[in-house]
Amino acid sequence: MSTTEQEMGKALDAGGHHDHHEIPWIRQYIFATDHKMIAKQFMFVSLFFLVVGGALAGMMRWQLGFPSQPMPGGMILPDAMMAPTPNGAIMLPEFYNSLVTMHGTIMIFFAIMPLLVGLFGNLLIPLQIGAEDMAFPRLNMVSFWLAVPAGILMLASFGVEGGAAGAGWTSYAPLSTSGEWTGVYLGQQLWLASLTILGFSSLVGSVNYISTVINMRAPGMTWFRMPLATWSLFVTAVLILLAIPILAGALIMLLFDQTIGTGFFRPEVGGEPLLWQHLFWFFGHPEVYILILPAMGITSEVLANRARKPIFGYHSMVLAIVGIGFLGWIVWGHHMFQSGMNPLLGTSFMISTMAIAVPSAIKVFNWLATLWKADIHLDVPMLHALAFVSMFIIGGLSGIFMANTPVDIYIHDTYFIVAHIHYVLFGGSLFAIFAGITFWFPKMFGRMMNEPLGKVHFVLTLIFYNLVFFPMHNLGLRGMMRRIYDFTQYEFLAPLQPMNQFITVFAFLLIATQVLFVINFFWSIFKGEKASENPWDSNTLEWTVPSPPPHGNFAEMPMVYRGPYEYSSPESDTDFLPQTTPPGGGSSGVPEPTPTPEGVEA
Amino acid sequence: MNWGDWSWMMPEGFSTFTAEVDSLYYLILWITGVTFFATEALLIYFIVRYRHKEGRKATYDHGSTKMEVVWTAIPLLILIGLGVLSKGAWDRMKIDVPAGAMEIIVTAKQFEWNATYPGPDGALGTADDFDVLNQIHAPVDQPVWIHLRAEDVLHSLFLPEMRVKQDAVPGRDIPVWFEAMATGDYTIGCAELCGIGHTTMNGTLTIHSAADFQAWASAQAEQRPQPQP
Repeated sequence: MSTTEQEMGKALDAGGHHDHHEIPWIRQYIFATDHKMIAKQFMFVSLFFLVVGGALAGMMRWQLGFPSQPMPGGMILPDAMMAPTPNGAIMLPEFYNSLVTMHGTIMIFFAIMPLLVGLFGNLLIPLQIGAEDMAFPRLNMVSFWLAVPAGILMLASFGVEGGAAGAGWTSYAPLSTSGEWTGVYLGQQLWLASLTILGFSSLVGSVNYISTVINMRAPGMTWFRMPLATWSLFVTAVLILLAIPILAGALIMLLFDQTIGTGFFRPEVGGEPLLWQHLFWFFGHPEVYILILPAMGITSEVLANRARKPIFGYHSMVLAIVGIGFLGWIVWGHHMFQSGMNPLLGTSFMISTMAIAVPSAIKVFNWLATLWKADIHLDVPMLHALAFVSMFIIGGLSGIFMANTPVDIYIHDTYFIVAHIHYVLFGGSLFAIFAGITFWFPKMFGRMMNEPLGKVHFVLTLIFYNLVFFPMHNLGLRGMMRRIYDFTQYEFLAPLQPMNQFITVFAFLLIATQVLFVINFFWSIFKGEKASENPWDSNTLEWTVPSPPPHGNFAEMPMVYRGPYEYSSPESDTDFLPQTTPPGGGSSGVPEPTPTPEGVEA
Repeated sequence: MNWGDWSWMMPEGFSTFTAEVDSLYYLILWITGVTFFATEALLIYFIVRYRHKEGRKATYDHGSTKMEVVWTAIPLLILIGLGVLSKGAWDRMKIDVPAGAMEIIVTAKQFEWNATYPGPDGALGTADDFDVLNQIHAPVDQPVWIHLRAEDVLHSLFLPEMRVKQDAVPGRDIPVWFEAMATGDYTIGCAELCGIGHTTMNGTLTIHSAADFQAWASAQAEQRPQPQP
């Protein structure tokens, strides 16, 4: 190498730990340590689990729409799941209980969480703060490779005798403590083992994210110049760090109750069933904020960029993210109002739960104000981000009903709750994921996704999604309980069969529509329109490097001069002004060449 | 499908709890409904009014502290106010069992409800107590105090028309009370996943006139072998 190349090499090596020889294929694609490759690994695996979770939901919806009728294709499933009859295979209640359990478990832990945190956390944090990679790249690799065996165990549990876990994704004790109660033996233990391993995956990931954000921000990237996506992922990582150990503890205690005769949760030996609920929900409530905060961050990025306008109230938005993070720790009892816990706690948890609605409301108002007097480009990512806002409003408002203890007496454990869950997790998180994937696709793959196909997917998804989940509010109001294999056994619920069938039909259409996204995704990787460095005319640092970025991300250490949302600034003669453009160099976001320090060769 | 299925009205209730629970529900429906229509309308209006057109330029505006204060304070006041307003109803329904209530025991197990009545001596826990399966009987216009128990796993006693729901926890005796305001047959359901037969845990709550209830209770006692003196 020439002297200049050697010096450049040394400059790039300032991080100190990578050489520029060819990385072996297995280290680049399989046991990768580059955050961008790990992000993609999480993405592909999670999208696979999203499809699995959807298939499980489809089967559940068959039973609810056409109770105890032969299910098409059911004959290929084993007798333990579907009872064979001359007309076809009918779902068994034990399989229904497993479907309910595994749909929730897989969607929450293996789809939404790894998409938001594994994909976007890994992809965005180093790039948006100007770092060459995460603080601990090998630990990052471990994080992904812990998730894989966790996923394998979870899928394997379908195949063992007794089937997959069947006590709900919430796994309440004493039901979950023994196969005597559920008919599920090894499957319940595999569920526990899988989630414990996955917990470690999340934990080591969170350590990485927190360390990276605290220590590796580029010069000029102060806390209050960080994009909201990074802020939301940072707070999410703190929640993961503090909440997951509690889940892990509870899972291990339950595993011991199931296998070695301990009595943490088993009343027959003096244990306390409610202890499981307290432990689970003390984790579980921060968990739902883990599932929404990154989605909110992504929405802020896309909204500001596509509206060509600064995010309204950036500081308030940060405060709201942090506020949600804090308050999320003191509301867990709202899952337990009817549990038998002391009713005095009902009032205290009601008040704190009402309070936590406020920071979310603040965010919604700020998003609306961002759109006010904006210049709104209705590209596919923007459509999904707008849908996030719209659907999250519904999901958030429905939460107020269940926060109210007397009303919750009626709607607890009914489909009103199911409606709420799905408005925030699908209407919220999943639409934000679609927005994020479409928006950052060019950065990951160097190509754009197909816009017209994306619009068709969006419109159909939005319509079918609402037809599936909105009526669930009404079902809950009529008293239809959750996790119920055949509601027609109840005289007061039998009239709800047509509405359930309606929902089922549109659920199948909703699932089928996702094929359009899958086609768009894979086709675009190979045949999409080639993307420039900054196809969205964005301000944040990831758009100043090639699409896709090279190993090490930035050829030179970036220098940050301003916040991330300087859209339509009078300082710029275009409608954007990147964070790294030096002051005075305001045309088209192209930075002026940095002046050469004296004494160094050009 | 019945168009009535899309209604946001609460189904008819028949207990003294109905007025309080339902009016809180309608209050929240009103508050959230107004908020829903206002915010969604604003969203749609902004999307249409400010969509990109040739020559359109967005306003360079970072925010307004005044607006932040306003839209923090107003929701906070409404929501906390709602919480404070609701405390009384909750305490009355879950803590303050009224005097003079008729006491029975309801025990949930996989997959049935057993209701235990005191029998002719009027005292629970004595030899003349009798059980009925998947039924609860009670007189109208009198508070009923159920000692809710579970034998195996969590269940949840759901009496929708009475606006009653309470999880049954093995190892605990949890007070559940209500006062029915009309005679008739109503629903008993299980509202907590309790295993393979969860869907079958339905039963009938029968509310009798005071006289009919006495007649029923006496007839039930007579059917059981009486304890030897």
